[in-house]
Amino acid sequence: MNVTLFVTCLVDLFHVNVGKATVELLERLGCTIHFPEAQTCCGQPAYNSGYVKEAKEAMKHMIRTFEHAEYIVTPSGSCATMFKEYPHIFKGDSEWEERAQHVANKTYELTQFIVDVLKIEDVGARLEGKATYHTSCHMTRLLGVKDAPLTLLQHVKGLEVVPLPNAHNCCGFGGTFSVKMGPISEQMVDEKIQCIEQVEADYLIGADCGCLMNIGGRIERKGKPIRVMHIAEVLNSR
Amino acid sequence: MAMKINMGEFHERVEKGIHNTFMRGAVAGAQERLRTRRLEAAEELGNWEEWRALGEEIRQHTLENLDYYLMQLSENVKKRGGHVFFAQTAEEANDYICRVVASKQAKKIVKSKSMVTEEIHMNAALEKLGCEVIETDLGEYILQVDDHDPPSHIVAPALHKNKEQIRDVFQEKLAYTKTEKPEELALHARHMLRHEYMTADVGITGCNFAIAESGSITLVTNEGNADLVTALPKTQITVMGMERIVPTFEEMEVLVSLLTRSAVGQKLTSYITVLTGPRDKGEVDGPEEFHLVIVDNGRSDILGTEFQPVLQCIRCAACVNVCPVYRHIGGHSYGSIYSGPIGAVLSPLLGGYDDYKELPYASTLCAACTEACPVKIPLHELLLKHRQTIVEREGKAPISEKLAMKAFGLGAASSLLYKLGSKVAPTAVHPFTVNDRISKGPGPLKAWTDIREFPAPEKERFRDWLKQRGNE
Repeated sequence: MNVTLFVTCLVDLFHVNVGKATVELLERLGCTIHFPEAQTCCGQPAYNSGYVKEAKEAMKHMIRTFEHAEYIVTPSGSCATMFKEYPHIFKGDSEWEERAQHVANKTYELTQFIVDVLKIEDVGARLEGKATYHTSCHMTRLLGVKDAPLTLLQHVKGLEVVPLPNAHNCCGFGGTFSVKMGPISEQMVDEKIQCIEQVEADYLIGADCGCLMNIGGRIERKGKPIRVMHIAEVLNSR
Repeated sequence: MAMKINMGEFHERVEKGIHNTFMRGAVAGAQERLRTRRLEAAEELGNWEEWRALGEEIRQHTLENLDYYLMQLSENVKKRGGHVFFAQTAEEANDYICRVVASKQAKKIVKSKSMVTEEIHMNAALEKLGCEVIETDLGEYILQVDDHDPPSHIVAPALHKNKEQIRDVFQEKLAYTKTEKPEELALHARHMLRHEYMTADVGITGCNFAIAESGSITLVTNEGNADLVTALPKTQITVMGMERIVPTFEEMEVLVSLLTRSAVGQKLTSYITVLTGPRDKGEVDGPEEFHLVIVDNGRSDILGTEFQPVLQCIRCAACVNVCPVYRHIGGHSYGSIYSGPIGAVLSPLLGGYDDYKELPYASTLCAACTEACPVKIPLHELLLKHRQTIVEREGKAPISEKLAMKAFGLGAASSLLYKLGSKVAPTAVHPFTVNDRISKGPGPLKAWTDIREFPAPEKERFRDWLKQRGNE
């Protein structure tokens, strides 16, 4: 199956291992990976800050870059949601709405793609320890992908997955919120970490690098013995 | 703006909220209880999503035809012997209410819970006239006794207080001698209030839903206080926001069901009262005179704009009860009687951006509010629209942010610029990097690294690795 990878800017620049794991995992599952070099960012930082004009320039660039793909797969629930929002954002634009729809229709978050398109629930991964999974807000509420990551994690050998208390509460990332509203964000991420500690998890697993940068960065700052992993890294563990 | 509370800078208010451990304990506990009960009540009803869709449809239909239904309501109230006054502003509403009160030479007024009367600051206007205004909703009563502490939640106004604090207030102000047991506290308030109902000249209520086809008003309470407010005094004044209207009893039933389940997780509240006009011939109770004050106060400016969906709100506070930001800062930080997500959308519209420009940013856009709303208001999208308006129309965004976003727009729309920028990024932040981590970031990174570690950009980007590997 031909997969065009939208790796996301965060993975490209800061979390290269997540990208590597995504490629290796998908190849192991029989996919051929294509990577359009022209890809940049989905436009979300500008869009969510109210800079719609600037965001649209980025979005048009991404539509041009991805519109000929067969399947667009990305290791981020939030960035996948942004692609899905494109038609809504370009509504009424005779040139771009249809092209945006075309891109949105073919876009999948990584775990959603594995479970719903590849129809695989056990990817043959192995990881020893106790883990809890952070449900990121955009992926859960807006993209509607709730079960796929848990289904895949349940099949990881050696891994005990325990529910995270108050999982529905946001971790406090929210893009520019994390810096604009620092003191509030700090309280939110601290409560999230308390919940992770409560279940005594060795690993915190998530499917969005934004949340993981936030939770992980705070965990590191506080020197907590919790390892933060992207779900692609977990599923690529053997 | 009368809806304003807690003067001072937004960030100072937030700081104060974050350090109020009593309040935070009370809010987190209440959020958990109310959220769980709401989910159970929705589950019990079954096909909740269909109910939400119906609720949305009813509200949208009513707003699209608001002029028609308001006219119908007004005619039917008059037919039943009531008086109707359309107030364009808070001042007009207060003037009218004061005129009615003055014409009755009223001294004592009992009041049931109403957000719109808070919004227009009605109590202050009546007190200026020399009247005593007594809140009869238990939460509102507690706040009034506590030197007019402002409400922090649209359904449970005293949510920020725990029972020990309420006991202390009662001991200090009401010569209360018993314990912090809720039953004992409520009984004391009841004793204090019973006498007030009997001796009040005027009763003032809010309105959950006015029913256009019959000219009725619907009041939803758990305490029965609104029934006493409307049954005993000779004159009744009901104040409603102009959008709080339904076409018929049929729609009222749907919305009440959504309201009580979403607000408090109940199938029905203890009292749902529908009142039509003043006391009729042969009726044993009710007021001799009935006045309906329909308040605009900025609402018609929202009609027909992209913010119109906010007028669908039925004031259930489900969005407040799931908001992770409200959870940590409490209602008073919003600086408005309307707090939480609905407040962050509504307050800038009714009160202006000068006072409320921070509120649209006090959200992670996690969409918990949108998911919880029983009438499907896209709250997080409306927050985004506010941000867009602040940037594009109001020109209130900081210049550094504008430049950064301009650069982002250019960089993300050009693969060449993006590649160049990402290539030099590790070198640019190299002086701040220790063990691939940035702990004390420069410029815009500082706000991040004040709280958390930041990963240094990797020397080999993902795309470099992939290229070397031979993928295309």
